[in-house]
Amino acid sequence: MELFVDIEKQVGGFCLRSSFSIESGRLALLGPSGCGKTMTLKCIAGIEKPDKGTIRLGDRVLYDSDKKINVPSRDRHAGFLFQNYALFPNMTVRENVLVASHDKRYALDLIERFQLADIEDLLPNSLSGGQSQRTALARMLAAKPEILMFDEPFSALDNYLAMRMERELQKILENFEGPSILVTHDRNEAYRMADKIAAMESGCIVEIKERHDFFDNPDTVTAARLTGCKNISGISKNEDGSYFAQDWGIRLEPCTDGNGLGLDSADSVGYRAHYFKFVSESTGQNCFDCELLRVVEDTFSVSVLFRQRGNDAASDDSVLTWIVNKDEWIKIKDDVMSGTFLLSIDPQKLMPLRNSKDG
Amino acid sequence: MDYSPLWISLKIAVCSTIITFFAGVASAWLVTYLRGAKHVVDAVLSVPLVLPPTVVGFLLLMLLGRSSGIGGLLENVGLHVIFTWQGATVAAAVVSFPVMYRGIRGAIEQVDENLIFAARTLGMREYTILRKIIIPAARPGIAASTVLAFARALGEFGATIMVAGNLPGRTRTMSIAVYTAMQSGNRNLAMKWVLIIIVFSLIILILMNVVAGRGSRTLPVQRG
Repeated sequence: MELFVDIEKQVGGFCLRSSFSIESGRLALLGPSGCGKTMTLKCIAGIEKPDKGTIRLGDRVLYDSDKKINVPSRDRHAGFLFQNYALFPNMTVRENVLVASHDKRYALDLIERFQLADIEDLLPNSLSGGQSQRTALARMLAAKPEILMFDEPFSALDNYLAMRMERELQKILENFEGPSILVTHDRNEAYRMADKIAAMESGCIVEIKERHDFFDNPDTVTAARLTGCKNISGISKNEDGSYFAQDWGIRLEPCTDGNGLGLDSADSVGYRAHYFKFVSESTGQNCFDCELLRVVEDTFSVSVLFRQRGNDAASDDSVLTWIVNKDEWIKIKDDVMSGTFLLSIDPQKLMPLRNSKDG
Repeated sequence: MDYSPLWISLKIAVCSTIITFFAGVASAWLVTYLRGAKHVVDAVLSVPLVLPPTVVGFLLLMLLGRSSGIGGLLENVGLHVIFTWQGATVAAAVVSFPVMYRGIRGAIEQVDENLIFAARTLGMREYTILRKIIIPAARPGIAASTVLAFARALGEFGATIMVAGNLPGRTRTMSIAVYTAMQSGNRNLAMKWVLIIIVFSLIILILMNVVAGRGSRTLPVQRG
């Protein structure tokens, strides 16, 4: 079943322009808080009304501003898992699951499947986070939705519980035939849970790709940042075919094997933090002097914040991040901590990026 | 001592509260669906709260009197509103309606709107949502409004005396009894009614606190 969405909605000074379509499968809407992810879901569910556009699910038109169609929420068969689960506080777990079900046997089966049988007489205010979520999931599925939507489903749970619930959700999604949409700001969650990922920024979907492609080859600055790329700089082309990364203050030379940098149509370049290579002596091309700014120790790695020595650009992007795993760190720690050190860039790992606003 | 004012007051207040309860729930629910006209409709429904009760009484006399259309119609079906306890009930209901309506509207607006959205995505109809979700979730507020509206109806004086008069044993309520006793110089009788009314009011306020207290304990607790 295909979900087609092309909507516009003005909310105060914020303009949502969401446009995408998915076949059956799992889509993750990835973006920072307040970028319009949840609003998009609410428009699909019929909780919010877009100003104009079209929403279709399979052969059903759910919303069409030209034809003045706006199917009420209750007839859309759109399952929606709320961030706070929105369990009905006056009903027991069992009543919550059964209240909207037309198929009692199926609903009772869901109570078993979600291990709610032991707590079915409890009220929502005496449930733990995981129990609340399982109840909300069972309630949602009991209404037999044709599309599933999850609004930051794990944000209210601690890490350990979130992982467990994620696995349960994955099982549900594997058995679900229609499309599903997951809203999240966690890139790892998006990667684990979805087939396709859409990057959203200030109300617009800037890029939508298959998940591997999304992480390996982001096209836009927004998507690159969302995939966790920490080093991004604007670039300008030099006459000799090399490029200058303005924010970093670094000259980027093409590979020696004659291949270009592939940056011709790009306005920015990204480089992942763990691709920098420590060198003890200058190798000439794509190698530069670094000035240490700060070392942040993480659980399994160390983040080194630095800038190119002599770079006086004041932008945030002039500070680069290099992530070293701890085994490696022990060997080079003294050199780095001396304050200046040499790093090299692998030109093949540079990511050409577009500024998303133009797209 | 003739206790009829006590029973008349109770009868009027109970009947008026039944009317305002259903009218209050219905109008509060409907008003939450309004968008542009909300402020105007809300003002119209609330106006008896700010008008002097005598003005309400005057308007009701105009509306329900024999010379008016509605009054004539009621007369034809055998309903005498003017100078009857039914008329007093209408007056008390109109005066206490805004108390009921505004309290219930506040309680309904306090209900987490995600509950209503969730219910809609589950395919529930609006009336089912009102009955199964909104009213139970707003119950403490609705109960408190009902007690308050009952108290307001019980103490009604101005509009009641204009519409129903002061007929002993028929339309003389407790508050009118205080006034009548003072007018006729019977301070003792007035004092007795005043004490009864004070005791009643205290009972009502205690009842309200109990209801509100119970409500706050059943609020959902967010747990980690």
